[in-house]
Amino acid sequence: MNALPCTIYISFAGALLALVAGARSAATARVVALIAALTAVAVTVPAAMGFVPGPGLQTLVNHPWIPQLGIRYHLAADGISLTLVVLTGLAAVAGILFSWNIEERAGEFFAYYLALIGGVYGVFLSADAFTLFVFYEIAIVPKYFLIANWGSTRREYGAMKLALYSFVGSAVMLAGLLWAFAAGGGKSFGLAELAQAATHFSRFEQIGMFALVFTGFAVLAGMFPFHTWAPTGHVAAPTAASMLLAGVVMKLGAYGCLRVAMPLFPVGLAYWQPYIAGLAIIGIIYAGLVALVQQDFKFVIGYSSVSHMGFVILGLAAANPPAVAGAVLQMFSHGVIAGLLFAVVGRMVYERTHTRQLADLRAMPLHRLMPFAALTFVLAGMASMGMPGFSGFPAELTILIGAWKTQPGWAALGGVGVLVAAAFTLRVIQVSFFGATDKVERVDPNALEPVEVNRLHHDHFDPITWPERVGAMLLIGTSVYIGLKPDALLDWITPALQSPLMQAALRGGTP
Amino acid sequence: MSLNYAELFRALRPEASLVLGALVALGLDLAVFRRHTLAERLRLALWIGALAVGVAIVHVAYGARGTVFGGVLVFDNLAVLTRLGVLGLALLTLGVTSGARVLRHPAEYVAILLFATTGFTLMAAANQLLLAFLAIELASLSLYILAGYDKSSPASAEAALKYFLFGGMSAAFLLFGFSLIYGLTGSIELPEIAKQLGVAGLNPLVIVALVMILVAFGFKAAAAPFHLWAPDAYQGAPVPSAALIASASKLAGFALFARLLWHGLGPVSGSVATFQGAPGWLPVAAVVALASMLLGNLGALAQSNLRRLLAYSAIAHAGVLLLGVIVAGPRGLGSGVGPLFYYAATYGIATVGAFGVIAVLERADPSGCQNITDLAGLYRRSPLLAGCLAVFILSLAGIPPLAGFFGKFLVFAAALKIGGVAGVAGWLAFIAIGLSGVALYYYLIVLKQALVAKGDASAPPIATPLLPALVLLVCAALLVALGLAPSVVIRLL
Repeated sequence: MNALPCTIYISFAGALLALVAGARSAATARVVALIAALTAVAVTVPAAMGFVPGPGLQTLVNHPWIPQLGIRYHLAADGISLTLVVLTGLAAVAGILFSWNIEERAGEFFAYYLALIGGVYGVFLSADAFTLFVFYEIAIVPKYFLIANWGSTRREYGAMKLALYSFVGSAVMLAGLLWAFAAGGGKSFGLAELAQAATHFSRFEQIGMFALVFTGFAVLAGMFPFHTWAPTGHVAAPTAASMLLAGVVMKLGAYGCLRVAMPLFPVGLAYWQPYIAGLAIIGIIYAGLVALVQQDFKFVIGYSSVSHMGFVILGLAAANPPAVAGAVLQMFSHGVIAGLLFAVVGRMVYERTHTRQLADLRAMPLHRLMPFAALTFVLAGMASMGMPGFSGFPAELTILIGAWKTQPGWAALGGVGVLVAAAFTLRVIQVSFFGATDKVERVDPNALEPVEVNRLHHDHFDPITWPERVGAMLLIGTSVYIGLKPDALLDWITPALQSPLMQAALRGGTP
Repeated sequence: MSLNYAELFRALRPEASLVLGALVALGLDLAVFRRHTLAERLRLALWIGALAVGVAIVHVAYGARGTVFGGVLVFDNLAVLTRLGVLGLALLTLGVTSGARVLRHPAEYVAILLFATTGFTLMAAANQLLLAFLAIELASLSLYILAGYDKSSPASAEAALKYFLFGGMSAAFLLFGFSLIYGLTGSIELPEIAKQLGVAGLNPLVIVALVMILVAFGFKAAAAPFHLWAPDAYQGAPVPSAALIASASKLAGFALFARLLWHGLGPVSGSVATFQGAPGWLPVAAVVALASMLLGNLGALAQSNLRRLLAYSAIAHAGVLLLGVIVAGPRGLGSGVGPLFYYAATYGIATVGAFGVIAVLERADPSGCQNITDLAGLYRRSPLLAGCLAVFILSLAGIPPLAGFFGKFLVFAAALKIGGVAGVAGWLAFIAIGLSGVALYYYLIVLKQALVAKGDASAPPIATPLLPALVLLVCAALLVALGLAPSVVIRLL
């Protein structure tokens, strides 16, 4: 357990080593990166095995950092953090496997990649709002360079939009935190201490601070109407970066909402609850409908991420134990599934066919040419739709049950979102992999970026490589395992909701 | 009041060693090295200069404490740290000079740089209006010469002329303000002035004096609306001169500014804890800070010239530094000078580093490094320069774990402590936090060229000489180390 902070240091050290190794060759860099990511996982596994679920954060490291402001380098973990740390490890390893073919500036690529991972680990393990903020910001800059350097469609635009959205979001959140810090007498940034101080805040202060902090985090969680960075960013990003963005980075935002905004300002949560739920539901349905009409394969997945993250936010807004537990489970589940979907689209399909236009893909008999990709995508799609047996099912079900307890209408509308998700997923499966007919027709002549494709005569593509197969099976296996045995994670998550901090949030949130 | 000249000399050993170093550099160059190449003469002068600064640093570190010579000079923690800071920044600037294009008369250049540094160290310790003015003028006159040192370049002449005209005007304002203060209080000693003003309070003449002083400091600090000289000076001046103007000069100026305003004019500070606070210089400083942040950040968006962009970013930083001055009041009114000093020092390091990169680029490429697009392909041409530039720019942008972030954070936290969200200072902090998003945009534009853009594939690699490479690495390492352990600095203040 006490070794968990090493995941952070290993990732940062791995980033430096990969940079150095990249000067030798791309192959060395990716091996170094994979070793670093695996070492971090290897550190996590015994910690997870020996984890005793319980209420409250179990302190891992606690050093004074800036004593003048009462800032401590305080890392701690509970079942929620541990769930997300495990997810980060998985996503990191899978992402490296799916970027095995990066040749150009590979050292820098993996350096940015691991620096991002290190920041993500740090956020999930922080128990001090300032420490959390620092790691959160560390995770922003590498994203920009990953997308701007190695991305595809409108990469510089997508990268800048994503960086500015994240940064402005974090600035708003910092403003809220500083306000709370100053109002609390400027003694500490520890989450427990801030929450203690916040009990004396006026209603106005609670409402204002919650709005700033929650909004700041929700930008990164892709909450409607601050979600527009997500589809463009995901589409522009290289495969591994899309996997990380959807897989873990969006979770940073949701995690921040849960860990910082809700426990600190329960009165604010109670006030904003209906508005947040409303925005979450709009996000679920709206993004789902938008995904339904996309012509670019990756945009479908990008919008589906926004839609699925809407469930997380709905679960948080419902603010009762099943809903919040479901939200955390959904974070994990979506992290795995979205990673897989982006891997299929970005790595398996796009890098072989060089098109993502559904109209072009429709003309290729992909289910025959890449059966493995087709199988993976069908499985991932089923998981994404929330089919029983995959992790999406228990997650979304728990959220909807929880939402029903708070406000039955929310659950009903959320249920509509599940239907929409099924619709766009089935459509994209059908069109992309099983769409080949004798007649070739372009659905949309004005599709973005017309690509020269030598249609119909694709007798073969490069075979799916081993790293891809291993990565895909890793993610599918996880999704199925959690789908069949959600208690493996719920047994960690549920006790964590009994902690005083979380109880304050859940009490404040229950009408 | 006893005047002990031996004590004064002991206290001013750092200044003495700087002046001595300047004279030795000049004399040796004149007597022995006339026939050597410019590069050799520069190298010799730089080593002498570095030695002088090094000796000065040792003298400061183990030198006088407390008030000296009847209170003319004060060596409190702020003074000592600022002196160390400006000497360190001067040392880094000397290193940058070694990597820059060699100008004619290199020994004189180094000598004048040392004179400017002497002015900075005196500014840091001045506790009296007359000495403060003399120190400022010693530093400023040296900087005017440094700005115009490239006699073959019209841009350099323009930079020097604008800088000089604005600076000369501000000196007149400053002197006028000082003379009014003297007339009103009958003293030029800061503690005595504070005592007298505490009795007399705010009257129209004091207001005139305050306005004059604030205008003068606005010019010196390049705060809006007195910033107009900065973009031209940054663009035209030789790179090491611009580095010194942007770094050590800022640190010394803001330290003096904070001391003068709080220790001398503290009783008429007014208040920014609420929006209906008492009148005084604090509300005016808040307005200037706001104008600087807005104008600097928005102006930087429109720049295509790298150095002008740095100048506008410097204007924006001047706004935050002014906020640092606002919060630098004694306990109860503010959080002390810790945040201000930390911010100014780390900002100086990042700026010297950024100009150091520009200097190396300019030497490698005869056409100079002016436009942001000239950085394209830097990651390929010189990974070292690209990596260091990324650290400097990200620190300026305020990205943790680099020191620039902690500087901003300390200032903002201190500002919010003054009156929370009900106060002017708190809102200034909020606005500054919001504008940091704007700032990230233009900083990323710079880094996009350096780290993403492919550039001309045939452009040759850039070799960085050992010494400037070392200086850049030291700057980058300092920014990381001070960022990871900011309390090392702030607990001293």
